[in-house]
Amino acid sequence: MPTRHSSDLLVIGAGVIGAACAYYAARRGLNVTVVDRGPVAGGTTGAGEGNLLVSDKGPGPELELAQLSTSLWHELSDALPREIEYEAKGGLVVASGTEDLAALRTFAARQAAAGVTAETVPGDRLGDLEPHLTPGLAGGVHYPQDAQVQPALAAAHLLRAAGGRVRLRLGEPVTGILTATDGRVRGVRTPSGDLHAPCVVNAAGAWGGELARLAGVLLPVRPRRGFVLVTEPLPRVVRRKVYSADYVADVASGSAALQTSAVVEGTPAGPVLIGASRERVGFDRTLSVEVLRRLAAQAVRLFPVLATVRALRTYAGFRPYLPDHLPAIGHDPRRPGLLHACGHEGAGIGLAPATGQIIAALAAGDEPPLDVRPFRPERFGDGAAC
Amino acid sequence: MPNSASEAPGGGADSAPEAVPDAAPEDGAEYGPEGRADDGAAYGAECGPEYDLAVIGAGPAGLAGAVTASELGLSVALLDASGQPGGQYYRHPSPALGATRPEALHHNWPAFAALLRRLAAAEVTHLAGHHVWTVVAAPDAAGSWDVHALTGANGDEDRPGRVRARAVLLATGAYERQLPFPGWTLPGVVGAGGAQAMLKSALALPGRRVVVAGSGPLLLAVAASLAAAGARVPAVVEASDYLGYARRPGALLSQPAKLAEAAVHGAALLRHGVRLRTRSAVTQVHGSDRVEAVTVSRLDRQWRPVRGSGRRIACDALAVGHGLVPQLELAVGLGCTTRRTVDGTHALELGPLQETSVPGIWAAGETGGVGGFQLAFTEGELAGLAIAARLRGRAVAGEGRRSPRVLRRRRARLRAFADAMAAVHAPGPGWPQWLDDATEVCRCEEVTAGRIREAVADYGARDARTVKLLTRAGMGWCQGRMCGAAVACLAAQAQGPRRAQGAQPEPSPERRPLAVPVRLGALAALDEPNSPGTAEPKPTER
Ligand SMILES: Cc1cc2nc3c(=O)[nH]c(=O)nc-3n(C[C@H](O)[C@H](O)[C@H](O)COP(=O)(O)OP(=O)(O)OC[C@H]3O[C@@H](n4cnc5c(N)ncnc54)[C@H](O)[C@@H]3O)c2cc1C
Ligand SMILES: Cc1cc2nc3c(=O)[nH]c(=O)nc-3n(C[C@H](O)[C@H](O)[C@H](O)COP(=O)(O)OP(=O)(O)OC[C@H]3O[C@@H](n4cnc5c(N)ncnc54)[C@H](O)[C@@H]3O)c2cc1C
Repeated sequence: MPTRHSSDLLVIGAGVIGAACAYYAARRGLNVTVVDRGPVAGGTTGAGEGNLLVSDKGPGPELELAQLSTSLWHELSDALPREIEYEAKGGLVVASGTEDLAALRTFAARQAAAGVTAETVPGDRLGDLEPHLTPGLAGGVHYPQDAQVQPALAAAHLLRAAGGRVRLRLGEPVTGILTATDGRVRGVRTPSGDLHAPCVVNAAGAWGGELARLAGVLLPVRPRRGFVLVTEPLPRVVRRKVYSADYVADVASGSAALQTSAVVEGTPAGPVLIGASRERVGFDRTLSVEVLRRLAAQAVRLFPVLATVRALRTYAGFRPYLPDHLPAIGHDPRRPGLLHACGHEGAGIGLAPATGQIIAALAAGDEPPLDVRPFRPERFGDGAAC
Repeated sequence: MPNSASEAPGGGADSAPEAVPDAAPEDGAEYGPEGRADDGAAYGAECGPEYDLAVIGAGPAGLAGAVTASELGLSVALLDASGQPGGQYYRHPSPALGATRPEALHHNWPAFAALLRRLAAAEVTHLAGHHVWTVVAAPDAAGSWDVHALTGANGDEDRPGRVRARAVLLATGAYERQLPFPGWTLPGVVGAGGAQAMLKSALALPGRRVVVAGSGPLLLAVAASLAAAGARVPAVVEASDYLGYARRPGALLSQPAKLAEAAVHGAALLRHGVRLRTRSAVTQVHGSDRVEAVTVSRLDRQWRPVRGSGRRIACDALAVGHGLVPQLELAVGLGCTTRRTVDGTHALELGPLQETSVPGIWAAGETGGVGGFQLAFTEGELAGLAIAARLRGRAVAGEGRRSPRVLRRRRARLRAFADAMAAVHAPGPGWPQWLDDATEVCRCEEVTAGRIREAVADYGARDARTVKLLTRAGMGWCQGRMCGAAVACLAAQAQGPRRAQGAQPEPSPERRPLAVPVRLGALAALDEPNSPGTAEPKPTER
């Protein structure tokens, strides 16, 4: 087999995570090759939404990752072209009853203690923030740090902005991980030849488990399906990201049934996005009428004006999900030279820059910007793939 | 006819559709206080009996399938978006227009009239004005299908309704393929098939001097109809070369009726002094706010315009089309396997008796590959026979001219003919050279050819879907029905030679899980499934 030009870092996956890894690695002076079996953003990145949220995360490692990412996205909004549609528009979480509201406020207070900006909004002032919001809600919390990008454009522009240090190989599936006799990774195999690099990053999203298996290690990434509803273009009727606090109450009550309302938001191009559902059904794209019913009902309940608005399309994507809801980021001690950057579930767009910065630091042999132990890829053990 | 949209389905004592109990909750309380939007109260009204068969599309294929299955004793619901049966081919003026002889616009009216008589005699529940937005496996009844439709999808009046059936026949026909060129967005440029349809249904002409252009046998029929209706047709501009027919004599000569039809059009064109220019294309439309003229250029074998060959033709309208594209959104949503056709579209992969790759879902007519009304009719009959046999657990019945053997033989002959024609008229690889970078390709979102080429060359798009994500081409009202073919082709071409490496997967047909736009209020008003046992989706997003 022909052997091709080697680089310092080889990233498998041209989604937003792979793109962010490549971007930050190139800025550290590494030469990077990004391989994807499809196009840029052809996986989950092209099938999700671009919420960059801190509002939905309680104190803990994921929030820390999100907070770092929030500031990095803000920087990126200057470094990258406007086309990525970055908008620091803020989130608004609303509660319909007083009990919900109390739970929401408790949750917000804990977030505030962890450094999140959270402003309580009384029910009669919600209309100032969102004039079309249904009247009679008990109150809410405004999170000015919540922001938004268009994920596919963000990934494409990250790769482009990385410049000449990044080489893109699209349409090339990785079929094997090459290892030396001492077990160290030395590259990957594709149908058109072997690609060599001392470090390989698994940024294969929902397919990250398969890639890990090719490298002979266990990483139980599973797909978790989500649907998004997209309406016809409208003048701005929804200004922020708006969702209801039901799930916060659920979390507070310790109930096992985690139920979140749809996030409703307007986009610069006009359509309102309503997303998203969550269910584990494998890689099955068939439409669920019940999911659409619920998304639509929740959106109409928050914004009654949406009742006469048409949904033009809906699409499904597969979140890369790990059993403890945290991503796998960092070196895999079981396979030297292999790093993982996958399993970000419903927050991969938001968490991409921090993930990219961590991977770039580790690949360059430096200290990562925050404690990565909670994201250890080997934390699920070596047992048989479940 | 026993077929008004509002009439309750089923009914006839002797046909007696199996009265499977209604799965919808009768009690409004079941919905909970917020389970339905205020105007959704009518939902459930059409969740009547379970039918044996739901047929979607009342064109030649769907009509033949519905009537055949019904005559064999199945209870059948026939849904169509249009207010009248007939589909694309048998379009006729709405009675309000008071046309006395719609048949004057058709060569095959008697066959249609016979179908309508059979429809009237059969106990088919014709649900006209029903826009089907999705078909899904019934969540709470194994082996059954839920056909979700909107009625009166105009303004704010659309209401959701559901038809449940044990089998579904997809007969949703095709729509016209458009390839863009400079000026194609100017008022006065219309689809060729659309012009024909306007003429048949509204008795209206797109202009007084109409150039007909594009590719495919439909152009001759369109030009003949326009000329017969009083328009001047200065030229029919055909991009391919009818000499191609000479290279495929077998399949073509086996179809004397089809050739006779072409000859009729040819003679009509001669009579009206219409010139046929082959291997030519309209490469520019002129006019400030309306079509005033077009430039017609010669094409080489690849469909690249020959430099300096442009000739200007004055006209006030241009009717243009490049063949038909099977309308597959419902089928693709169900996961039915598709195949690439010889002219670069996608069609359903079908078994010998018209079943798709999804057991219980059948297809007939243009959905299985564009082939004209006779083929549609034949396939519809065959599907009707096969579905009745399956549901009744019997061997496929049918005698004489309607025996499965005869129908299959006719189908094979007509398919071969259609494929031969499709090969002749398939767009040549050089057509994108008609476009300059400023040509708008996606009209809804105003995306130019230049931006699409840039998305592929500089930003890593490789297919219509990622071009859409990076440029919004195909995200507008028409959901890429207008520009999809062109975008896919530009995406493939802009990649250049790397495509030749073979790693490129076959492009798949576009997904449009909502076959028609649906109001959120209508979606919200759907009934909740009342079976706690099924895997309950949990809508949440963080
Ligand atoms: C409906 C929905 C809504 C969402 N909303 C949000 C949101 O609002 N905010 C947010 O932050 N996140 C959201 N997400 C989650 C987010 O989209 C994902 O976490 C993120 O896109 C993951 O990016 P990725 O780069 O890891 O994966 P992907 O984008 O899937 O990239 C992985 C890539 O790896 C490639 N690949 C796989 N196997 C191979 C192989 N063998 N060889 C070569 N290449 C391979 C694939 O082709 C793919 O391009 C949502 C997800 C869904 C489904
Ligand atoms: C614009 C146009 C003009 C044509 N003109 C001619 C001509 O002049 N001469 C000629 O020989 N052939 C013509 N054809 C080709 C001819 O229409 C077909 O060969 C023939 O009609 C195919 O029959 P069918 O039953 O497969 O589909 P169709 O006749 O197209 O019927 C499909 C039916 O399905 C319905 N439908 C589709 N989707 C949905 C949905 N989601 N919900 C509810 N209903 C739905 C449509 O309303 C339509 O009535 C034309 C085709 C088109 C598209």
